[in-house]
Amino acid sequence: MSVLVNKSSKILVQGFTGTEGTFHATQMIEYGTNVVGGVTPNKGGTTHLDRPVFNTVADCVKATGADVSIIFVPPAFAADAIMEAADAGVGLVVCITEGIPVQDMVRVKSFLQSTKTRLIGPNCPGVITAGECKVGIMPGFVFKTGRIGIVSKSGTLTYEAADQVAKAGLGISTAIGIGGDPIIGTPTKEAVELLMNDPETDAIVMIGEIGGGMEAEAANWIKADGNRKPVVGFIAGQTAPPGRRMGHAGAIVGGADDTAEAKMKIMSECGIHVVNSPADIGKKMAEVLNK
Amino acid sequence: MNLHEYQAKELLKKYNVPVQEGFACSTVQEAEEAYRQIKTQSGSKFAVVKAQIHAGGRGKGAIKENGINGVKVGKSLEDIQEFAQKILGGTLVTVQTGPAGKVVNKILVAQDMYYDGASERKEFYLSILLDRSKGQNVIMYSTEGGMNIEDVAHDTPEKIFKEWVHPGGGLQGFQARKIAFNLGLSGEAFKNCVKFVTNLYNAYVGLDCAMLEINPLFKASDDKIIAVDCKMSLDDNSLMRHPDVAALRDITEEDPTEVEAGKYNLNFVKLDGNVGCMVNGAGLAMATMDMIKLSGGEPANFLDVGGTANAQTVEAGFKIIMKDPAVKAILINIFGGIVRCDRVAAGVIDAYKNLGNINIPIIVRLQGTNAEEAKKLIDESGLKVQSAILLSEAADLVKKAVA
Repeated sequence: MSVLVNKSSKILVQGFTGTEGTFHATQMIEYGTNVVGGVTPNKGGTTHLDRPVFNTVADCVKATGADVSIIFVPPAFAADAIMEAADAGVGLVVCITEGIPVQDMVRVKSFLQSTKTRLIGPNCPGVITAGECKVGIMPGFVFKTGRIGIVSKSGTLTYEAADQVAKAGLGISTAIGIGGDPIIGTPTKEAVELLMNDPETDAIVMIGEIGGGMEAEAANWIKADGNRKPVVGFIAGQTAPPGRRMGHAGAIVGGADDTAEAKMKIMSECGIHVVNSPADIGKKMAEVLNK
Repeated sequence: MNLHEYQAKELLKKYNVPVQEGFACSTVQEAEEAYRQIKTQSGSKFAVVKAQIHAGGRGKGAIKENGINGVKVGKSLEDIQEFAQKILGGTLVTVQTGPAGKVVNKILVAQDMYYDGASERKEFYLSILLDRSKGQNVIMYSTEGGMNIEDVAHDTPEKIFKEWVHPGGGLQGFQARKIAFNLGLSGEAFKNCVKFVTNLYNAYVGLDCAMLEINPLFKASDDKIIAVDCKMSLDDNSLMRHPDVAALRDITEEDPTEVEAGKYNLNFVKLDGNVGCMVNGAGLAMATMDMIKLSGGEPANFLDVGGTANAQTVEAGFKIIMKDPAVKAILINIFGGIVRCDRVAAGVIDAYKNLGNINIPIIVRLQGTNAEEAKKLIDESGLKVQSAILLSEAADLVKKAVA
C-alpha cells in the first residue's frame, strides 16, 4: 500500500514530445517510474524515449492500460488536457503546468465532479512515493524512503522539508505537491486525509502558504478526526504584505483569515506542531516522534 | 493586472453594460473639450472630474500640493478648468495609496448622473469575484452602495447578499432577477438591472477578470442602471489570450524596480527591509523572507529566480536588489534539484566578479545536488561570500550580518 502512486502505476505523459515533457519523462524513467507512453496530437504512431506516442489520451489508455497521467502542456491548452484525461477514464491526473487562467480551472473543477478522476495540481511539483514511483519534476534523490508523508503547496519547500526529514534520520512515504494556484484539484485536507489513512505513513508534514482557507479546513478536519497521527506544520509568507501576490497565483493575503498568522493559530489550536522557521521542520518532526 | 476606471468602462461598454459616459484627459485643454461635449450630449452644466490612479478612496483623498479632492463635481467650464489644473500632475494621497501618494497622469471628465427626475436615486454595491473555497464565481451585492463594503460586511452582514454561479450553466435568469428583487427594484429599473447584471457577468467571464467591482451601482432618477465607478483587475494568467487588454497596462502605476525585474523574467516584489534575498521557488522564497525576520532582519524583497538560477539571472537579481540603498546583506537560497548547485555557485561567482564592487555581505546557501562541491567553489573563490548548506546555518549567518 502507498498513496496515489506506486510500483504498479502505469504513467502516460501528456505533452510527451515537448521540451519539458521529454526532459522530465526521461528523469522519471531513470527513477524507475513505469512510463508506458505519451500523447502529442498529430504525432500518434511514432515512438519517443522508446515509448509509443498517441494522438489522444483515449487511444493511449486503450493500448497501454495507463492509469495515471502527468501533464506538461502549455497553460493555454492545459485545462483541455486535464479534461481529456478525465474523459478517457484516467484515475489520477497530475498537472505540472503553471499559469493556467483561473476561469479555465473553474470549468475544469466543475467538469471533474462528474468523473471519478482525482486531479493533483496544477502549478505543482507532482507526487512521489519514495523509492517506487515519481510522477513529477522533483529531484528524486532528496526523497529517502521512510514513513513520513508530505503535503505541500510549494515545490522547492517540499524538497527542503524532505531533505530536513532525511537529515533527521527519517524518510518519506509519499510526498504530494498539491500546487500553488487558487483552484486546485486536491486541497490540503483531502491530501492529508489520504496520508492519515495510509498504513505506511506514521506522521505528516503539512506546508501551506498565505491565501485561501485550505490549511484551516485541513486543521479542523485533523482535529475532528482525532489527531490520529502527528502533523508538523509550516506556513510560508509570515512577512508577506497584504494584497500582494507572492509568486504563486494563489499566494495573496485578502483578509484577516488567510494570513500566515491566522492559519498558524488555527493549526496550533487543532493540535498541529507548528514551526515558525522553515529551518526547523525536520528537527521538529524528530522531536515529535521521539516523545 | 489592474486597470484604470476609464479603461474598465470602455471595456464594459463592449459588453453593453451602461456606464457613466466620459472622456479620459491628460491636459487641461482636453478637459475643456470633454466638458463642452458632455454639456452638449447631456444638456446639463454639471460634470465630474475624477483622478485616474490605481487606488480607491479618491473622493475622500486629497492632492498633496493643494488639498483638492480626487473627485470633484463642477458646474461650469471654469470649475472644470480649475479642477483639471489642480488634479493633473498632482500627487493624490488616499487611504489606499499610503502617505507617498500617486501622481495623477490622467483625469476622467464624466457626465453627472445625479440629476433630478421622477423616481428616487439609489446607490447599490455589486462585485463579481472568485470564491476559492467553492471553485465558483460569486456575485456579491448590497443595498448599501457608495461606501466601503468591508465596513458594511462588518457592521451589517445581513445587508450583503451572495449569488454563486454554476460554471457549466452560467448565470441564470432567475439569479439575475433575484439580485434585482433583493435590491428592491421594480418596473423599468428592475428590467434594466437584470440586463445590467447579465451583461456584467458576461464581461467578467469574457475578459477573464480576477475581480470586477461596481461601487456605486447607480439607479438614476429615470430608472437607468449605471456603473458610476468601476474597479477591474484581470487574471494575469489569461492575458496571453487578451493581447488588446494586456496592452492597457500602465507601468507608471507599478514599482519601477518590479517592472525591470519583469524584463528578466524575475518574480520580484519590493519590500521595506534591510536583507535582500534571491531564492528558487515562490514557497521557499516566502519561507526565506520569514527566516530573515526570525533572524533579526527585515526582508527587503521577494525574489523568485525560477528553475534556472544561472549567471545571468543571478547577476540581474544582484543588480535589482542592490538598487535599494537600505539593503545591508543579501541571502541567496537555492535548493538545487534538477539544477546542480555547483553550476549555480559558478554563476554566483561569475555574477559577483562581473559586478565588481559589492560592499555588503553576501550569504550563499546551496543545498541539493552537488552541494558540497558548490560550497567548496564558493569558499575557494577568494570572494567575500559566506557559504552555507543547511538552512539553519544560513539563518545564523543572517543573524551575524544584521547584528
